[in-house]
Amino acid sequence: MSEKVLMKGNEALAESAMRAGCRFFFGYPITPQTELAAYMSKNMHKVGGVYLQAESEISAINMVYGASAAGARVMTSSSSPGISLKSEGISYMAGADLPGVIVNVQRGGPGLGSIQPSQSDYWQATRAMGHGDFHVIVYAPSTVQEMADYIYEAFDVADKYRTPVMILADGMLGQMMEPVVLPEPKTSLPEKPWACDGHKNAREHNIANSLYLTAEDLNRLNFERFERYETIKQNEQRADLYLVDDADIVLVAFGASARIAKSAVNAARAIGIKAGLIRPITLWPFPCDCIKQASLHAKAFLCVEMNMGQMVDDVRLCVAGSKPVSFFGRTGGVIPAPLEVLDCIKSLNEGGR
Amino acid sequence: MAEEKVMFDRPHALLPIVTNYCPGCTHGIVNRLVAEVIDELGIEGRCVGVAPVGCSVMAYKFFGCDMAEAAHGRAPAVATGLKRTHPENIVFSYQGDGDLASIGMAETVHAASRGEKITVIFINNAIYGMTGGQMAPTSLPNQITQTSPYGRDVITAGYPIRVCEMLSTLDGVAYLERVCVDSPRNVRKAKAAIKKAFTYQSESRGYTLVEVVSTCPTNWGMTPQKAFEWMRENMLPYYPLGVYKDVVAEGFENAAEAALKRAEACPMVNVQKEA
Repeated sequence: MSEKVLMKGNEALAESAMRAGCRFFFGYPITPQTELAAYMSKNMHKVGGVYLQAESEISAINMVYGASAAGARVMTSSSSPGISLKSEGISYMAGADLPGVIVNVQRGGPGLGSIQPSQSDYWQATRAMGHGDFHVIVYAPSTVQEMADYIYEAFDVADKYRTPVMILADGMLGQMMEPVVLPEPKTSLPEKPWACDGHKNAREHNIANSLYLTAEDLNRLNFERFERYETIKQNEQRADLYLVDDADIVLVAFGASARIAKSAVNAARAIGIKAGLIRPITLWPFPCDCIKQASLHAKAFLCVEMNMGQMVDDVRLCVAGSKPVSFFGRTGGVIPAPLEVLDCIKSLNEGGR
Repeated sequence: MAEEKVMFDRPHALLPIVTNYCPGCTHGIVNRLVAEVIDELGIEGRCVGVAPVGCSVMAYKFFGCDMAEAAHGRAPAVATGLKRTHPENIVFSYQGDGDLASIGMAETVHAASRGEKITVIFINNAIYGMTGGQMAPTSLPNQITQTSPYGRDVITAGYPIRVCEMLSTLDGVAYLERVCVDSPRNVRKAKAAIKKAFTYQSESRGYTLVEVVSTCPTNWGMTPQKAFEWMRENMLPYYPLGVYKDVVAEGFENAAEAALKRAEACPMVNVQKEA
């Protein structure tokens, strides 16, 4: 039985990744993911792994591509501007069906932005993690415990579907300390017969590649990959529902902002307003089913995000115009206050009378 | 009946696939030399190659060993990932001048300075071939290309980069040689260089690169023979053939030992790490 320890979110990500069998880390310094790389540099060699500081984010993600092609459990981590640089490599990984885990400890944007927490890379993570038709699976933990839990799962999911997987955290979750129970180290990892690890004169050569110059081939391959995405949508949607069953006002929030939204829901219940919270844990695939279900009884939805309104698009797509969907957000490192959110809940509740 | 003996055959590490190279292009020769070396060293089963973006983009189909196709310029980073995961494997990248010396210069310099135990085969033909003949980082001053139609003006477009000379300053490098393949004699020398590079890698001596000064008859607008003449006349004076670094010839076991010697006056460098 693992004991409970006090850890920073970034460190929990690192430790849990190693316990998931990750033995290769390639990164480049950036705030606020700093502790993750520092933890890896200190500890990866103790489990026989490789920590390597690359010359750039671009190089780091391409080292991930190479190690993944060679069959390794491999990851990189960065924060928003660095993730933009990695997007080329992530697209190539998706195109070559290579698994790997990418952590984004988000900070304010656009541009150099700020180094404070933000959720403004939601669109990037779920819509356009690089050029071309593809998705990455995106987990949005909201506690240090979930940082550990979902990165541990992310490696399995990445290997299972042969796809890059992203942990979309933020500077608040990365920097805060909370008690966490770490998972047991994995003892067996999946076979990778497709890996470019030397054919040992025993098989045809394996190729890691995303180039298909024949239009029909690429067309077919993209359709096949999207069939796999349909399976992922069916199997991997995750959400946490809090007081949703009888809720009139359903809040939708992920990651750090879900913690604030939950406080606001409790405050609303205390004054007799039937509020609830849907907290998407996977942002892609988006947990549409439970939002559709809630739209049958909810009077209104309220999205709370640390951005200018990004996930709210997905909520509106799920609700499909059947109920009003409002948005409350703060950006640039400003954290929404529970009372601000409560005011929104109150006015929605009054509007519904 | 007289006994028949095979005198010349396709190397095993080169698959029987029609290449996409233009007639007269030197890529075919260099592909073959790499494959011959892989055969002779008996390493195909533990060899992994990295193809670039450029004319040799399809090289992942041509070589019989495992292959990864990299994004433009990123081959050294991909090779790093492949090699670090399986240090027992022999990893090479095959890159052109645009890929290696322009978009991929950061990856090139840092893989070399880390002393990644990989082998880079660098084809320098002073032009972007696949995209139709644009100015490359190695295009010569006054060279006419699609994007330097009045000749490369060094005042505005800057100077060509001499890759071997530049990399020779880096401590992680074990071996650098510039060769060409315009004659049987030079082809043999090129093969010896490639073989030495692969051998040094298998002996974990450090980063190795062989630059092959090449031609592009199609985009230079010349016959293959004329292209070789132009190469000899203009490129070789700018990019002289020869060995630019060989730590073994300098009397060292490997790049690390040579680096230590070079920095011996620096006390920090000589700090003994605890086991």
